[in-house]
Amino acid sequence: MNLDVEILARIQFAFTIMFHYIFPPFTMGTGFILVIMEGLYLKTGNKAFEVAAKFWTKIFAANFSIGVATGIVMEFEFGTNWATYSRYVGDIFGSPLAAEGIFAFFLESGFLALLLFGWNRVTPRVHFLATCMVSLGSLMSGFWIVVANSWMQTPTAYEIVGEGIQARAVITDFWAMVFNPSMMIRYTHTIIGAFIQSGFLVMSVSAYYLIKKRHKSVAKRSFKIGLYVAFFASLIQPILGHEHAKVVAEYQPTKLAAFEGLYETTESAPLYILGFTDPEDEKTYGIAIPGMLSFLISGSTEHSVKGLKEFPKEDWPGSIGLVFQSYHLMVGLGTLFILMTAIGVLLNRQRKLFENTLVLRIFSWAVFLPVLANQAGWVSAEVGRQPWIVYGMLRTNEAISKSVTGEEVLTSIILFFILYVLLFFTWLYILDKEIKHGPDDHDPEHFESGYLHRAEKAQNIGKAIKGKGE
Amino acid sequence: MDYNVIWYFLVGVLLIGYAILDGFDLGVGALHLFSKGDHDRRILMNSIGPVWDGNEVWLITAGGALFAAFPHVYATAFSGFYLPFFLLLMALIFRAVAMEFRSKEKSTVWRSTWDKVFSIGSILASILFGVAIGNIILGMKIGSDMEYKGTLLDQLNLYAIMTGIFALSMFTMHGANYLLIKTEGALQRQVRKWAFNAFWVFVVLYVVVTAFTLLAKPEMVANFSFGNVQAVGVKHPLISEHEYILSVFTWGIAILNFLAVLNIHRSLSKNNYGWAFISSSLSIGAFIALFAMGIFPNMMVSNLDPNYSLDIYNAASSQKTLRIMFYLAIVGVPFVLSYTISIYWVFRGKTKIDEHSY
Repeated sequence: MNLDVEILARIQFAFTIMFHYIFPPFTMGTGFILVIMEGLYLKTGNKAFEVAAKFWTKIFAANFSIGVATGIVMEFEFGTNWATYSRYVGDIFGSPLAAEGIFAFFLESGFLALLLFGWNRVTPRVHFLATCMVSLGSLMSGFWIVVANSWMQTPTAYEIVGEGIQARAVITDFWAMVFNPSMMIRYTHTIIGAFIQSGFLVMSVSAYYLIKKRHKSVAKRSFKIGLYVAFFASLIQPILGHEHAKVVAEYQPTKLAAFEGLYETTESAPLYILGFTDPEDEKTYGIAIPGMLSFLISGSTEHSVKGLKEFPKEDWPGSIGLVFQSYHLMVGLGTLFILMTAIGVLLNRQRKLFENTLVLRIFSWAVFLPVLANQAGWVSAEVGRQPWIVYGMLRTNEAISKSVTGEEVLTSIILFFILYVLLFFTWLYILDKEIKHGPDDHDPEHFESGYLHRAEKAQNIGKAIKGKGE
Repeated sequence: MDYNVIWYFLVGVLLIGYAILDGFDLGVGALHLFSKGDHDRRILMNSIGPVWDGNEVWLITAGGALFAAFPHVYATAFSGFYLPFFLLLMALIFRAVAMEFRSKEKSTVWRSTWDKVFSIGSILASILFGVAIGNIILGMKIGSDMEYKGTLLDQLNLYAIMTGIFALSMFTMHGANYLLIKTEGALQRQVRKWAFNAFWVFVVLYVVVTAFTLLAKPEMVANFSFGNVQAVGVKHPLISEHEYILSVFTWGIAILNFLAVLNIHRSLSKNNYGWAFISSSLSIGAFIALFAMGIFPNMMVSNLDPNYSLDIYNAASSQKTLRIMFYLAIVGVPFVLSYTISIYWVFRGKTKIDEHSY
């Protein structure tokens, strides 16, 4: 059997990282939401926030444990499948990974223990501190991993030493490597994407309770927090996306051209709303706003944008169609999130939100959309970087492990596939169970106004009597 | 002492930290199926509940540090141990989610399935760590391009399998010592029996593996043989210049290790479980220290040609990276130690099941 190690290794990396990346955005965003909830509890003393915080901690934990477990895989894969890459850039790439361990993972995992198991062991203030530290830890973990990834997109502060198989990149300036040209914008873009994903998760579950008329007090409060987090994040995201596009235009022109399927260098380049690109004919079709791409990256609709044909064909991303579609999917969904959350905010201000079953129903299913958007964003970023593993410096096909056979990689892909499918369904099952079980608000009188509660009871009794009558 | 030596030492410290900390929770996992009844099994799992995740971070950080400080070792080891390391990953993933999922469902089939997954995952992970160490002691087929030239079958030799089982026995004993601190009553009496059994298996393997090592690889003691055993390849100037004092020091560790092993039995007999645990921790640390001292300045030994071995110089990052990383470690480690100790302090005492437990 003659198996292509490069293709297999790429499939494996894509599969394992996409699976992994379902979970970290939930952790980063829900961690932040937990800080808000527990902070509100400490500030107002309202029991509903405490119940909410305890409930969301359980959801957080289920996501966290799979995130950690599948994250170790990523660290291993650099060495197992991409050993030549590791040798070539280890001098630079290893340090953010080590920093992630020292500064983020220890913090996160240490305080996670208090967050999960410490409710009865430490004071509420110390517990709140633990929640803040877990949130900080997950945000820092994102920071260092985006540092490492951004360096692969826009490598700086290195020089190549040695020749032939001895050649490798060494660092010239650590902080310039950390704050490489695309790092800050990619980090904020990633974090905000995580906040949207988590905001939608919180809304989804809360909406489900509101439809089912369960745990109303906790659900309403949670929904509002999720809504506002997602709303503000959705509003900020296009601004960040715009800034990001400028950086891509400057440092990764082939990627930018692939985003929009731009083959010819064009003055007043268009931005597609919907469309498809045909790499055979080197043409792109669809509905476009003329001059908008030029405007996005320069502020002027006249600005000339370099097309793919400016660059040798071997430097083009292999799947331009995939880059184009995933990029547009992300942008389209991002726009949709602004619309959805704005409607939510509007209805909330008119105090109609929680009566509108249709809107609640939509939100209860919408959680899949930001997951899709975040995945699509990464696909366009990573496939768009091809054929480079480190942009302009090291090609992906030069980076694979030399001592590994196709059979070995294939075996591990199959094993991972089986394991992850199994994991995924177990995770869904557990999550579903946790959600159906709901928050432990056995004693709603504690925080529900007595009058409303009685009114609700009376209504229910009324319904029951009516039901019998029929 | 240069940064390369310092990083050899620091990676060693991370590995010792990992082996001592995750060692006991892997051991608890290995013992899990011996406990009967849902309550006992939940006690076992929850005894490590708040800490296992933090323990595993030592492995992740050791991996990151190895990547940053010695990228060639990282690349050769991870691609060379391809399938064993994937099995290790599987074991660690299964184990992690088994803990998270096990008590979420009342069904006995559900629980006993995850119990098995948890236990087998822990056992497999322990053995694989030992197999990796055993292969590095024996030497691997590393070529002039630093790539592994052997096959999977080369790694499944008698010696490596023995070190694998030895690691399992050591972690199991260590885990039992930990459990003695966290349990009480009938369960504790049961654990005490496991601890003695594991101890005797460990002692027998300790003797056999040591004898086997000295027979197969006498040069493992070259660095601390007072100059009597010739090392293969170049001796680091640090070793040749301080041969005497280093030999005394390393034999000191070996003797302390021997005493620590004796003290495990003594403390167990006197029901002094804290000391039994400290002794098994010291013993684990001593084994890794002896291993590190034995292969220094190599990190992976080639048995094709000693010149192909990966040592702390030809496999290392640039001095600049080693220096920056050193400062990062100096800034980070005090934080890590302070909250790790605090967490263990908060969760001290006997394990009790409450609403927040697994």
